[in-house]
Amino acid sequence: MTEPWWISAIKGFVIVNLVLLTFAYTTLLERKALGRMQLRYGPNRAGPYGLLQPIADLVKLVRKESFFPAAAIDVPYILAPVVSAFTALAAFAVIPFGNGWNIWRYHVNGVVANVPISLILVFALGSIGIYGFIVGGWASESKYSLLGSMRTCAQLVSYEVSLALSVLGVVITAGSLSLVDIVHNQAHSLWYVVPQAVGFLVFLISGVAETSRAPFDLPEAEQELVAGYHTEYSGMRWGLFQMAEYVNMITLSGLAITLFLGGWHFPFAHGVDFLGPLWFFLKLLVLLFVFIWLRATLPRLRYDQLMSFGWKILLPVATLNALVTALVVVWVN
Amino acid sequence: MSRRCARETEGLLVSPQPVDTLKGFGVTFKQIFKKPLTMQYPEYKRPVYPRFRGRHRLWRHENGLEKCVGCSLCAAACPADCIRVVAAENTPENRVSPGERYARIYEINMSRCIFCGYCELACPFDAITLGNDYELAEYDRDDQIYTKDMLLAEPIKRVPVADAELYDTPIPYYRARS
Repeated sequence: MTEPWWISAIKGFVIVNLVLLTFAYTTLLERKALGRMQLRYGPNRAGPYGLLQPIADLVKLVRKESFFPAAAIDVPYILAPVVSAFTALAAFAVIPFGNGWNIWRYHVNGVVANVPISLILVFALGSIGIYGFIVGGWASESKYSLLGSMRTCAQLVSYEVSLALSVLGVVITAGSLSLVDIVHNQAHSLWYVVPQAVGFLVFLISGVAETSRAPFDLPEAEQELVAGYHTEYSGMRWGLFQMAEYVNMITLSGLAITLFLGGWHFPFAHGVDFLGPLWFFLKLLVLLFVFIWLRATLPRLRYDQLMSFGWKILLPVATLNALVTALVVVWVN
Repeated sequence: MSRRCARETEGLLVSPQPVDTLKGFGVTFKQIFKKPLTMQYPEYKRPVYPRFRGRHRLWRHENGLEKCVGCSLCAAACPADCIRVVAAENTPENRVSPGERYARIYEINMSRCIFCGYCELACPFDAITLGNDYELAEYDRDDQIYTKDMLLAEPIKRVPVADAELYDTPIPYYRARS
């Protein structure tokens, strides 16, 4: 069903702001949860329970000097964080968050842009986002940034392969590349996390690597390196990179929910499906918590371990999963 | 194949103990429900050890005369060189200390002091001692130079001090508490 363009625009605006809000409070949630797991409190000074901490951080970042290295190449240096942040946010446009509602005379879809190839779009945007990381490190004209961006580049490019292959099983099972269709297909069948358990596992692992989160946070291993590709960035430009990473994490969790965990559907019952965004958000929170939990539990991998794990284990497993799924689907039909 | 040398195991790809790795998740999750060990500092101040060395103070005799006779032994003992003493003669009209001389200027630069307590040891009259206060931050470096008047004044008690009994018993304090 079509909707007037201005409804999409309003939805886009609301979604972007909601994602940014979620990002801001994910940082708080992360610091709080990590703190509790390490027998600390985490931030608790700004506002009750530290609830104003993200706002304080934002004000601090905006007011801070945006350092500009004299040798940096201006346009890519300034553009890199913008590209990363933009693509991270844009990917959320195709993730369905509800069934759609009839409000007054209009029908409002539960997704900002219903694109028939939305899954490919998400991966394409993710790939462009990587350019931000690479170009940013290169344009800083600093050897450490360049080395950092090369590490990032190598890691993200390797894990993107298994990430894309791991969802192939879902695509074959659902017979569609549209995220909306994939969610609809899960409404009356098992969520794809059960038949595609291997795919889900590979997706999660390579997703963690793709968003460079612990234990795959080598691009900015804070105990070992200064910062990696964003060494020469400060202030809100650095904040944009950080935002891109967190929003990527949120998008990836959203994608995992959409592909494997039934999207905005409530488990086993469909009477409450009009509350789709709520269920989506709750599932998102659980997945974000898993990301944080991972960070608190697992130590960082060595670089060669990371590479060989990605290429020698995840990739064959993902390929096998896709092949077996294809064979089973063909055999069943 | 019975001998697996270290070189071989080094390249091991996956964690060899998947069960233990999963157990780790349980451990981190359980921590959430424990009480954090953090002490919320400005609201809760942990009592310091009774002999904790903090802010200095100068003492007077009961009759109001200053104990310090301006001998500068503390300044000589100070490894950080943060004490400055300028002595002057006592006169019958202006008697400040019971000795021949008194400290006309007695300054401690708290931004250099390392709180070693050597001044206290060096002092022949117990005129200078180290108290327990550690909240000595200032917005200005000049404010870190404590004058004689500041050191002679009765210090504001800002920091709780643990009961000395707790430490002077032969039973260790951590067992005595229970």
